[in-house]
Order: sequence, then C-alpha cells, then structure tokens
Amino acid sequence: MMKHDKLKKLTIAVTLAASSLAVSTVSWAEETIKVGVLHSLSGTMAISETTLKDTMLMLIDEQNKKGGVLGKKLEPVVVDPASNWPLFAEKARELVSKNKTDVVFGCWTSVSRKSVLPVFEELNSILFYPVQYEGEESSENIFYTGAAPNQQAVPAVDYLMNEIEVERWVLAGTDYVYPRTTNKILKAYLISKGVGEKDIMINYTPFGHSDWQSIVSDIKKFGNSGKKTAVVSTINGDANIPFYKELGNQGVSAEDIPVVAFSVGEEELSGLDTKPLVGHLAAWNYFMSVESDINEAFIDNWHAHTKDNKRVTNDPMEAHYIGFNMWVKAVEKAGTTDPDAVKDALIGVTVPNLSGGYSAMMPNHHITKPVLIGEIQKNGQFETVWETSGLVAGDAWSDFLSGSKDIIADWRAPLSCGNYNVKSGKCSGQDF
Amino acid sequence: MSGLVSRQQLVLQASLLILSSLLFFLVSPAYGETLSLDDAWKTLTVKSYSKKANAINAIAEHQPPETLAVFNALLQGELFYSKRDKKLYYMSEVKEQYQFKALFNEEVITQARKRGFKKVKVNNKLRSLIRQNLAAIQLTDSDGKIRLNAVNELLKRSGGDDGDLNELISGLAIQEGDSNVKMAMQLLLAANVLSSEAHAQHHAAIATLGASLNPAALNALNRYSAPSEELKTEALKAVKSIESQKEFYSILETIFFGLSLGSVLALAAIGLAITFGVMGVINMAHGELIMIGAYTTFVVQILMPNNIGASIIVAIPAAFIVAGLVGVAIERGVIRHLYGRPLETLLATFGISLILQQAVRSIFSPLNRTVETPEWMSGAWQFNEVLALTWNRMYLIFFCIAVFMVLIAIMKKTPLGLQVRAVSQNRTMARAMGVRSDWVDALTFGLGAGIAGIAGVALSLLTNVGPNLGQAYIIDSFMVVVFGGVGNLWGTLVAGMSLGVANKIMEPWAGAVLAKILVLIFIILFIQKRPKGLFPQRGRAAEE
Repeated sequence: MMKHDKLKKLTIAVTLAASSLAVSTVSWAEETIKVGVLHSLSGTMAISETTLKDTMLMLIDEQNKKGGVLGKKLEPVVVDPASNWPLFAEKARELVSKNKTDVVFGCWTSVSRKSVLPVFEELNSILFYPVQYEGEESSENIFYTGAAPNQQAVPAVDYLMNEIEVERWVLAGTDYVYPRTTNKILKAYLISKGVGEKDIMINYTPFGHSDWQSIVSDIKKFGNSGKKTAVVSTINGDANIPFYKELGNQGVSAEDIPVVAFSVGEEELSGLDTKPLVGHLAAWNYFMSVESDINEAFIDNWHAHTKDNKRVTNDPMEAHYIGFNMWVKAVEKAGTTDPDAVKDALIGVTVPNLSGGYSAMMPNHHITKPVLIGEIQKNGQFETVWETSGLVAGDAWSDFLSGSKDIIADWRAPLSCGNYNVKSGKCSGQDF
Repeated sequence: MSGLVSRQQLVLQASLLILSSLLFFLVSPAYGETLSLDDAWKTLTVKSYSKKANAINAIAEHQPPETLAVFNALLQGELFYSKRDKKLYYMSEVKEQYQFKALFNEEVITQARKRGFKKVKVNNKLRSLIRQNLAAIQLTDSDGKIRLNAVNELLKRSGGDDGDLNELISGLAIQEGDSNVKMAMQLLLAANVLSSEAHAQHHAAIATLGASLNPAALNALNRYSAPSEELKTEALKAVKSIESQKEFYSILETIFFGLSLGSVLALAAIGLAITFGVMGVINMAHGELIMIGAYTTFVVQILMPNNIGASIIVAIPAAFIVAGLVGVAIERGVIRHLYGRPLETLLATFGISLILQQAVRSIFSPLNRTVETPEWMSGAWQFNEVLALTWNRMYLIFFCIAVFMVLIAIMKKTPLGLQVRAVSQNRTMARAMGVRSDWVDALTFGLGAGIAGIAGVALSLLTNVGPNLGQAYIIDSFMVVVFGGVGNLWGTLVAGMSLGVANKIMEPWAGAVLAKILVLIFIILFIQKRPKGLFPQRGRAAEE
C-alpha cells in the first residue's frame, strides 16, 4: 500500500513537472528579445560582478512587468566567464552567435573588455560596459556607462587641490593598465598645475597585495614634511582592505593624510570594519546615500529583489541602470533591435540617473554624469561632501596625454570614427 | 555620550577660559566678523561647509557651556537637528532605538528610525578645525593625556610667529606637572621661537629641537632661515643628527616589518611543513584550509558579537578543530587512495580546493566578510616619535613562535609525534612494530590541516576573509617549505623569517612587485645549488 502511494505521488510529480516544462517551452516559443549578461559568477572577480548580474536580472524583470519592449518580453541569458579573460571572448561569441542576443551587458576589468572588443566588432553587436576605466578607447560597438578619467580622477584631484589645499601627492595603485594609465594622466595633470616632481610619489603593488607595512610607513614619512599630503588610490579590489587596516593601525587619520579612492565603493566597505576609516574619500558618480526619490525607489526594489534589507547599491549598478534604460529608450525610438539602428538611436538618448538628474549618451559613446566626492562614514556609507555643479561629459581620449590630446571620437554619420586626429585630419586605421 | 564634560568641571575651568579664548583668536584661521551665538547655532544646520566653519569658530569664541559636548558630538557624527524647526539634538543609540536629546532643554525623543532628524554633516576640514579649537580648550584639561593630544595638535601647525601664543604656552609650561606634556610644550615654543625674530633665543631653540624626533621639529629646522653663519651650521648639525637617528630607527622598523611578514609566511607554511614535509603529500587545498580557519573566526564572531576581544581566543581552538576535521575527511576520503602517486594527489587536491572555494561562495556569498579586530590588538606601540610598532603585528610574531613551539613539543615529546616520525621514516618497519599507520596518517594530516586553520585565524585579522584567501598563500607556503628543507620544521621557521626580512629590505628600493620577483629568482637559484633546501634532512630517512 505504502509503495503504491509513493508511486502515485511520483507520477503526479512527474506529470506536474512535465506540464510546467511544457508551459515554459510555450512561453519560450513566444518571440522574446534576448539580453545577454556577461559577468563572472566564479573566480576572483565574482566578488564584484555577481552583484551586477543580479542588478541586470532585476532591471529586466521590472521592464517585463511594465510590458517589455516593443511589445515583446525581455529574456535574460546569463553566462559565466569565470574571471578568465580569454573565456570572456568565447562566452561573448556564444551569446551573440548561438544565443542570438540583441544586446549584452557585461565585463568589469579592462582586460576583459579588451578581450571581447574584437568579438563585438566582428559580429556587430552591442556591449554596455558599466565600470569606471582608464579611457583611451572608443569602439563603435561598445557604450561606456562608467566614468572616464575626467569624470572621476581629475575632479577628485581638483577637490583635494582646491578645497583641502593638498601640495604633496602619493599616487598608489595596483600594477595593471587602469592604474598605470590613470596615474600617467594624473601626473601630467598635476605637473601642468605646477606641482613639482619631488612632491609626487608613485607606487605600484601586485594584485591582492596584503602586506602594506612598509608602504604605509613610507607614505607616513612622505607626509610628515609639513606640506599637506594626500593619497590618490587606484588600488584594486581585495588589496584595499589590508591597506586601510594598516592605515588605521599605523594611526594615519583622514585629517592628516586623506586617501581618495577610485575603486572603493559601498560593496567593498561592506567587508570592512570602517571605524578607523571615517573621513577617507572616494570619488564616484553615485553613492547609495544620495538623497533622491528615484534612488530610494531603486534601493527598495533592490532589497525586494535580493530579499535582503542589508544589501548595498553602488556606482557600477547605477551605470547598468542608466545603460539599460538608454538601450530600452533607443530600441523604442528605433522601433527595432537591429544593432545598426539602435547604435544610431542611442546617441543623444537622455534618461534619469539615480542622483536626481539626467544622463545623456554622447557621440563618443560615453555618457554625461555628475561627479561626487564622499567621505566614508562609520556605517560603511559615503556622505557627499562635494559635487560638480553640473554634469561632466565623458572624454574618451584624455587631454593631458601627449598621444591622445588631439584625438576625438565621434560616431555620428559623416565622421563615424572612434580615433580621429584633429590635427592631421585622419581617422586612425584601427577600428577603435 | 562619550567626552561629555560635566558643568562643574567647566566652571572649574572658568578662570582659564579667558586665556583659552585668547588662544582661540591666535589659532583660528578665520578672522572675519564673528557670528553671534544664536546665529552660530542656527548656522550649524545649513548645508554650506564654509558657513558651518564660521559657526564653529564663533562657538569656540563665545565659549558657551555646551562647547565641549557639541564639538565632541560633531566629531562623532552625533549632532542632529530636527527638520521641522531646526533645533539641535544629541543623538545616541539606546537599545536599537535612536534617542534625541535636545541641546538647550530637557526634551528627549526616542524613536525607532531617524525620521524627522538630520545629521549636522562635517567633512575633514571641519573636523580638523574642531580639533584645533578643542585643542585650545583642552590645553587646560585635567587629564594629562588630553593635554598632550592638545599640544600635539597645535604642534602639527607650529611655526606661526605669534608672541602672545608663545607667552601663553610658556606660562602653561611652567605650571605643567606632566613631564611629557611639558616637553611637547617646550618643543612647540622652540618651533615658534625659531620662526620669530628673537634671535637671541634661537640657539637654545635649535638645541631643544635637535634633541627631538618629532617631525614638527625637523620641519621647523628645515624651514629655518638662519640670520647668521654660526646658527646656520648649528641648525644643519641638528638636522643631521635627527636624520641619522631616523635612519637607525627606520632600519629597526624594516627588520620588524620583515619579521612580521616572515611570521605570516611561516604560520601559513607550518601546516604544509607537516603534510608536505613530513608526509610527502602535495596538498594544493592547503590554502583553503587556511580559508576555513578564517571563516571559522568570522562565524565565532557572529556567535559572540558582544565579546569581540574574547572571540579571537575562542576562534583558535575552534578553527583548529574545524580545519582539522576537514583535513581528516580529505585524507580519509581522497588522499588515502593516492599515496605514492604525487601527480594524482596534486590534481585531486587542486580539485578539492576549487570545491571548497565554491562551497564557501555558496554558503557565505562571494563577498568578503568582516572580521573585527579586537580593541587590544589595534593601534600601535609608540616607542618614540619615529618608531611605532603595530600591536597586531607584534602579537602575530609571538603567536607564530608559540604555535611553532607547541608543534615542536607535539612532534618531539608525545607518543603521536613519535609514531608520526616513525611512519614517515620507515612505514613498513613502523607497522611491524604495531603502529597503526592508517590512523597515524589521518591524524598527521588532521594536525597539519588544524594548524593551517589556526593560521587562518591570524590572517583573518590582517587581510580579506573571502573565498580567494587561500590562493594568495599557497605559492608562498610551498616556497617557504621547499626553501627551508622538506621535512624540517626549524627550516620552515628560519626560511619564513629570512624571506620576510629579505623581501622587506628590498621593497623600498625595488618596489613591491620587483622585490617579490627577486625573491623568487633567488629561491630558484638556491634550489639549483642545494636541492634539499636550507636544512636538508639527514640520515636514512633522507635516502628515500
């Protein structure tokens, strides 16, 4: 009897499963617009990128509740490139050619973006890249919704120079392309403002560096000269936590030597005891603490979506929010998801950002954003202490590097070039 | 509320208030028109930081009885105002509730959220201004420590040519009972004298400054433009003497940094010295055992949130047991079947390491977790003005040596140690003598894994507690064990310490990246010359 019962239950379960499968295949059979999500869910970068995957799923879900786009539902296609740069290119190809995605949101590190760039150009698809980066790039197929150096690094240095009256500078970074390029730009910028070579100290450390004793001690000595000193940190990811811990232990307070960071956001601080860090700075285009109705609604949605009231929001999430809404608007404007039509429609599209203003897509595929400087608080949040009076347009090619001073990017019809030299009047042979 | 000084105390200080408000004028950077007290309170609630700075200066000048409490509350971020009528309140958290206490009357509002109130925001510049003003008030505090801080705060901004300030400080210095405070005051005086026109006193001032290692002293001497050749050479001599002393202390500092880095390396490697060194198992999951120890610390802290200080002590045995059990499970489940097949062991344990990492990602999320450093481990021990050794690193060095001693004792003095050595030297013979070699293998691996867990407790206080914690240490651990000599515990300790010191000596001129590369090249060359490491195992066991 018992056995019979079990068998019965099993049959029911199987039928149910089968029927639900049938239902779901039916819904799949309806025509959908496929949105690729290319973020690492395992490996070293999972710490940052998993959040962005969740953000994309939330945004897509919300859009579907509003009825989708062009009357069709959006269907997310999530792949895991596992923090492995060559795998990024493979997965990107898989998304575009096999899964037939109409747009992809993804990547975090610059090296992963460089790895997928040729794929998107070859297959002529669209990628939205949500993270602050070193600039010096403008691809026809990539839309950069994170900050370029002039939307983060340069205003932060201006703030320190004008408001805090800093005279000596430590440029500390992790040893890879983003810090190296950013520091090159910053050094050129500082020297153009009359800072002497001997008042600039540059220091690079390996990825995941955990022993900061000598470097912090050097910074302390460098800052003891009587001139106001600040640290501009492009230290990436995990290495930040032991760095800040060492600062706290060696008694370097934000009033003596403030550290302004470009890669430390709410998410990174959530893994850290922030009491010794109060007053250190970060420059971003968005803080979770920004007071606006649209931000409050976004945070509420995020908490509901993750079912966790303590989850924080951060700048790259806002970049995806802006990028996704821009894409939706452009598709509706173009009336199709055809990449060429959408690319043209995207330029000039304006959508609300989370800090209460509007961001627009520029012809160089970068967007306009406000720049905010925040101080770390005891509760792991930032408090905005300064912001640019208006929006800053992202500059793909830095004005402070000799090689890129004369280069502009403009993807509108007559020029259509990401690398146009104003002086020689030539579009460089490269695709980007 | 912390730092709240009673009214009585303030009355006691009343006689000195005149003095300190005079001082305020001298240190205050803003000489503009001062606000009335009422306006100052109102101005605190505006958005502009420069207006708030005026308000703070005005409050410091008027010296109402609330000054100290308000300044401290501002520094702590505990001063709020109601959005409705802009009245100021002290905020404190009482039993998960927010309590707002009005500044000027007895009104107390308690509510669950901060709704209706807004924080009076301060930034670095304001904080620094507040501290400066507090310093002026606190010069006459009854607590010597607070007075010392106050003088040091002024010392940071020394060098102003202010006769009145000097007079005031020298007056206070005569009354001063605390020798440390007195010395700091004299230093401040000397630094100020040097930038004044009182040439007759320069000689004595240079002598005072030359004897001090305070950075303010060196800066004052470097800034000094001597009126005569004689004073100039004297000042140069003083600078030289300070710099040579600084040189000496910076060498001491480097050695300390090296030893502490060395103890991290040694701690991470000791466990491996047992599993790899004694048993010969290439355990690629060693780093993940360290990670498990670190996560155990995190869990222990969650279980006892009100006792962070003790939680670390509890975490040590807990991490040993948890990591040890995982180690025994790995040995019994996988490695046991692979003895004598190093390649397969390597691959299998590498697989285990990936499984453990992903398991942690699923259980604890891929985000880093916070392990709070207990109060008694944070901060630094100030030996003098230029040499400060951080407490956590000092505990780490002692901890490393203690773990090491216990391990040596286990290996040399206990029956388990005897059996471990017997099995590793000659398995067949040991079995013939009645040693259960299976059982010994499992326990040895468990011991090595447990020690790795203990290393995880120490590392959780220094670095990130995240799924990638182990990967960062696995290469270094193997490096240390191979360099020290496989199978030799002492070798591991010496190798860890010497690699740490070498790394730190090279770092200042080679940079962190190159220093690491140089150390690696050195080890490769060293292994070419002496394949068995610093302390090769001797005797019959070494033949195998």
